[in-house]
Amino acid sequence: MNAIYAATVFGIIMMFAGLLTNNKKIVGALAIILMAGLTCIAGYDIMIAQLNEPQLLYNNMLKIERFSLVFNVLMIGCTFLYFLLMHKDISKVGVHQSEYFALIFFVLCGMMLLSTFNNMLMLFLGIEIISIPQYILAGSDKHNLKSSEASLKYFLMGAFSTGILLMGIALLYGATHSFNIKDFASMLHTEALNPLGLAGIIFLIVGLSFKVSAAPMHMWTPDVYDGTPTPFTAFMATVAKSAAFFAFMRLFHVALIDISVHWVMIIAIITAATLFIGNITAVFQQSVKRMLAYSSVAQAGFMLFAIVAVNAVSWHTVLIYSVAYSVATIGIFSVLVKLKDYTYDGFNGLAKKEPVLAFAATIFLFSLAGIPLTGGFMAKYYALLAVVQMQQGQFMWLVIFALLMAAISVYYYFRVITAMYFKQGDAELTTTVTATDKLLLILTCIIVLILGIAPQILLAI
Amino acid sequence: MILLLLILIPLLTGALTFAIKGAGAKIFAFISTLCTLAISVFISGSTNGTNLSYQTEWLPELGARFSLYSDGLSGMLCLLTTIVTAVVILSNLNKEVERPNAFYGLILLAQTGLMGVFLAGDALLFYFFWELALIPVYFLCSQWGGERRIQVTFKFFIYTFLGSLMMLAALIYLSIQTQGLRSFAWQDIVAAGNHLPVDQQVWVFALMFVAFAIKMPIFPFHTWQPDTYEQSPTPVTIILSALMVKMGLYAVLRWLIPVLPAGVAYWSGSVIMLSVIGIVYASCIAIVQTDMKRLIAYSSIAHMGLMCAVAFTHTSVGMHGVILQMFNHGINIAGMWLIVSMVENRWGTRDMTKLGGMASSAPRMAIAFVIISLASVALPLTNGFIGEFMMFNGLFGTTQCEHLTMVFAGLGVILGAVYTLNMIQKTTYGETVAMNVAADMSLNELLGVVVIVGAIIFFGVYPKPLLDMTASVANMLVK
Repeated sequence: MNAIYAATVFGIIMMFAGLLTNNKKIVGALAIILMAGLTCIAGYDIMIAQLNEPQLLYNNMLKIERFSLVFNVLMIGCTFLYFLLMHKDISKVGVHQSEYFALIFFVLCGMMLLSTFNNMLMLFLGIEIISIPQYILAGSDKHNLKSSEASLKYFLMGAFSTGILLMGIALLYGATHSFNIKDFASMLHTEALNPLGLAGIIFLIVGLSFKVSAAPMHMWTPDVYDGTPTPFTAFMATVAKSAAFFAFMRLFHVALIDISVHWVMIIAIITAATLFIGNITAVFQQSVKRMLAYSSVAQAGFMLFAIVAVNAVSWHTVLIYSVAYSVATIGIFSVLVKLKDYTYDGFNGLAKKEPVLAFAATIFLFSLAGIPLTGGFMAKYYALLAVVQMQQGQFMWLVIFALLMAAISVYYYFRVITAMYFKQGDAELTTTVTATDKLLLILTCIIVLILGIAPQILLAI
Repeated sequence: MILLLLILIPLLTGALTFAIKGAGAKIFAFISTLCTLAISVFISGSTNGTNLSYQTEWLPELGARFSLYSDGLSGMLCLLTTIVTAVVILSNLNKEVERPNAFYGLILLAQTGLMGVFLAGDALLFYFFWELALIPVYFLCSQWGGERRIQVTFKFFIYTFLGSLMMLAALIYLSIQTQGLRSFAWQDIVAAGNHLPVDQQVWVFALMFVAFAIKMPIFPFHTWQPDTYEQSPTPVTIILSALMVKMGLYAVLRWLIPVLPAGVAYWSGSVIMLSVIGIVYASCIAIVQTDMKRLIAYSSIAHMGLMCAVAFTHTSVGMHGVILQMFNHGINIAGMWLIVSMVENRWGTRDMTKLGGMASSAPRMAIAFVIISLASVALPLTNGFIGEFMMFNGLFGTTQCEHLTMVFAGLGVILGAVYTLNMIQKTTYGETVAMNVAADMSLNELLGVVVIVGAIIFFGVYPKPLLDMTASVANMLVK
């Protein structure tokens, strides 16, 4: 796990780089180089690890498995893409640019703990390490009242939910006398389920649902995502959220899988509620940024399919969904950040003014809506496949419901396309779009399309 | 290999067309459609009933292969697609559209999707092309359509997208039931579907049928259709009504009837009933329309309803009639729209109360219009006759529904004659001052119409080539 060390060290380097220079170009370039380095190191970790058998590290605190490492490298890769597309916008948020980059490195460090934890202590540490930098990032635009409000709200709600999570861990400890997730499996299923254990599981579901913004624990999402400076919303809604998701997945599908009968229905109902609230509320938004916040709730509903489906496909689902969703969302945010007006009307006529920008945004929205040939389709496909495959089709109602909701999602995603292509207007931009920007956007589109045509390359890593 | 060309040519030329500035785009697109037309004529002419196929690896993890397959039914629909697309572009050659490169590029991409749907031998590939055909049409309608185009296209898109998702769920469910490794190949899906217990077939059928019913459209899923036809630019309306609605019927014949026999047996009474309600309902509405486009849109619902009803009667002659009528209806309705668009271009209105006297001011156009209309009401010696005759033969020979239902279906023919002849009367004869100043058809329009009228008369007098081509498929479907 060299990548964990590297992420920490690189974060510290970024932090001290702020002492030496305040030149935006140098800081941005340094961040990109370090992130490229981190991607390589994470890739190297996969190469040297013996993937056939999991390794235990640090007194059984971490357990390195194939899917964890693949998830790490993919998410670090997404962050690299995010830096490439948005480093200029990140630097523009405030004066402390190097700190912003440093915080993102720390989030990745927490993500790697979450993807490999073998002990509830590590789960808790990981959740805290990804959360605290996000509270700061949310409030990074200090002179903007909405940003401060977002930060405070996120912090209060986040602290509260972490408390619930901790309570769940404590109750589970009471039931099993252990923090090691391996012991849960054996101790919880041997006898009739301990009431303490069941209460602990429900607390854990609530705490983690908050982190992945699943309904009804999603209330903070729209305000926080809306108030946070746009470049950081892009990161929070993608990599950070996927990391929390992977932890959710790991806890329930490794530690608690033997007693899945006790929790699968709760998760299924949460899934349905998330899909419903996310999609229906997104329809009524007037601001594209707020719509994307609700859409991220809706997408979390689809990701929860992976947890509902207790089988091998669900691991593929979580990988492909995280990547497809992250790439498309980072892409659409990188277009959004260039616009002056975040309402739908702000997109009017973008296709005439900046055809490349509009085309790229269209591909990203297609992917989010799940149109074939894009990564988003394959992600949804795997999610559906995982649930349909459960025995006797017991969750077919959930599948049908999710499909209805997916059709609704087309409405709000396509409103943006309609505005860009079919409405008259002069979409005002905050910056000029350089040739590099266009090239990077096209590259991102190609990634989205490759994911849609040949998703197996992700699983073959 | 040759099947791959049918998809690759429109795909690549479609992408290239976007790059061509100015008037070159439509010439280029026209040449491309001629190439695919030549290939599909060659396929239908030379293979003599042997089936072609092409396969390569695609998504081994999911059990999906890139496999194309063509039998008589696919071949006939490819022929229809290539003929209609070529005629659409040909008759549009003398017209100016805004941003021709995007317009013609999108038309070619829509053609790619259609070809893929008709040729796919793998369920996931079929689904991909099914959606791919929809996206270009979405852009075409929203950009070049009438004034209410945006809402109308939106409704159309969401409707069909919802349907396709239902179909996707059903296809996934079928694919995980396949024997051995998971597979989407047509044969494996058929085997899996046939092995399903009856209660499961019943709901899998319902999921798939919703998708196809929206596309055809069958009452009560039809509400997107009249608005969309009215608001789309005419070339797109032709593609929608002559080709895309055939996707729905084709899917019923290829992916529903052979796959879920018990589901079909369970539902066919209801489907026939819905279709017949649609026939009578749409015909009655068509009678009171004054807008030519809306009239033809409703008539199309009635015609598709009849085809869908007969497809579920499970008789060999009826099935053969349906397949034949898919081709004929495509040709006839394309001709109808061509005439309507000429009328609209010349006289600036589609309102039948303001039109009249076409026979005196534009005689050639009037003759073509009358021939096409008569084919549409299935007069003997036109192509519509033989298909409709066989369909009614099938409908009356079936045990799947009450005789009263058949009588109502037959009523559709009479009502069809009422509104079609009424339309001819109002537009072609009589006198209106406004009609006097207009030119007759230009050369390219004439050529397009000649192809259509030629096909109407040729297949009306000598339908044997089409009948031979599709006989084996019809027999296979009722086996």
